[in-house]
Amino acid sequence: MPKQIMQMMVNGEAYEVAVEPSWMLLDVLRKELGLTGTKKGCDVGDCGACTVIMDGKAVNSCLILCVEADGAQILTVEGLAAQTEGDSALHPLQKSFLDHGAVQCGFCTPGMLMTAKVLLDENPHPSEDEVRSAMAGNICRCTGYVKIVDAVMAVGTD
Amino acid sequence: MRRIEYFAPETVDEAVALLGRYGESVSILAGGTDLLVEIKHKVRTPDQLVNIKKIAGLVGLTYKQSAGLRIGALTTVRAVETSQVIQEKYAGLAQAAQALGSVQIRNRATVAGNICRASPSADIPPPLMADDATVRIYGPDGERVIALENFFTGPGQTVLNTDEILIEIIVPNPLPGTGKVYLKHGRRKAMELATVGAAVSLTLEEDICIRARVVLGAVAPTPIRVHEVEDVLQGIFIDEKVIGDAARIAMKVARPISDVRSSAEYRLQITEIITKRAITQALALAKTA
Repeated sequence: MPKQIMQMMVNGEAYEVAVEPSWMLLDVLRKELGLTGTKKGCDVGDCGACTVIMDGKAVNSCLILCVEADGAQILTVEGLAAQTEGDSALHPLQKSFLDHGAVQCGFCTPGMLMTAKVLLDENPHPSEDEVRSAMAGNICRCTGYVKIVDAVMAVGTD
Repeated sequence: MRRIEYFAPETVDEAVALLGRYGESVSILAGGTDLLVEIKHKVRTPDQLVNIKKIAGLVGLTYKQSAGLRIGALTTVRAVETSQVIQEKYAGLAQAAQALGSVQIRNRATVAGNICRASPSADIPPPLMADDATVRIYGPDGERVIALENFFTGPGQTVLNTDEILIEIIVPNPLPGTGKVYLKHGRRKAMELATVGAAVSLTLEEDICIRARVVLGAVAPTPIRVHEVEDVLQGIFIDEKVIGDAARIAMKVARPISDVRSSAEYRLQITEIITKRAITQALALAKTA
């Protein structure tokens, strides 16, 4: 089967890409678009490192064929700061993660940020239980999660 | 991932025609959260994928007191989890939806997909079976309607022919005085397959249980309605002794296997405990319903 041409908006920019149907959204974002902020961890939807926001919802990009994203609006971690009002270079979640020491090796961080962003968009002032439950699909090997939860809660109470 | 031919039909008839043409080598792609994992692990090796997400009329979640709940095949688990009417009137189903995977998975996974994948430990079937759900199936010869409890024939196996698609799930309106619960036991609190799942629906009329449904997941080749337990609960005033007896019967009827997640012996013990808890909670909810 020949490659298919598909269109998607990523971080506010329109892209047209020729893709094999078997290519995953994760791989196209990283390799074709050069947006390597989104990480490949388990590649089977268990770890959440590949989380992006597609049409307003947090999804595992490792489990979406790129052709399924035809016409979609996608936000990756690279586009997070641009969502912020004002001149700050960082999204409030990013700043909070740094302030709280919620980043160690940083591999889980982009996925954590995307999941947290959608959580706060839907539920601006979540309880700790709600944060932990919403972020259950993002695994961290380094931090033990405490600082991550603190960082998200801190933005939630603003 | 292996190379595949990809189709995105816009009508059910086109989809069914594709399924008919390619037979055993084609898979339906809806949420993809199970299928794509299996393809990556080379457990399934389809040559064609039929993406059904462009078919109009398969999304939709509607509730009417007269008609009950209708769940379209493309309705996501997340939509079911967050639906107010489902939380109020089909609480077991909402709990099962919330217990499935992660938010990211639930945003893509479909309720119909969880049913059709027919994993013995699937979360969605037990509460739907406890609610007497039926499914509408569409194929080249038209439609048929099957009770969900007759849908599963074995681990990963259903009554679906290779050229049929499940298009809708229909759940009757609950009777007044009904309490519903789905409890999932696992080794961890999230991102886990059930080691034992229990769905209970009890309807009380003047303190007497007039309708009981008890469905267990992960303890048999398919989700199972446990008639033996329902029989001891129906027609009487349920007290602690009755619940204890019912839970012990559940343990006797369950026939789990030992696998990577749990031993059969442990699952049997948990079956008794989870059944007891589920009946107790459903009873409390029925009293206030």
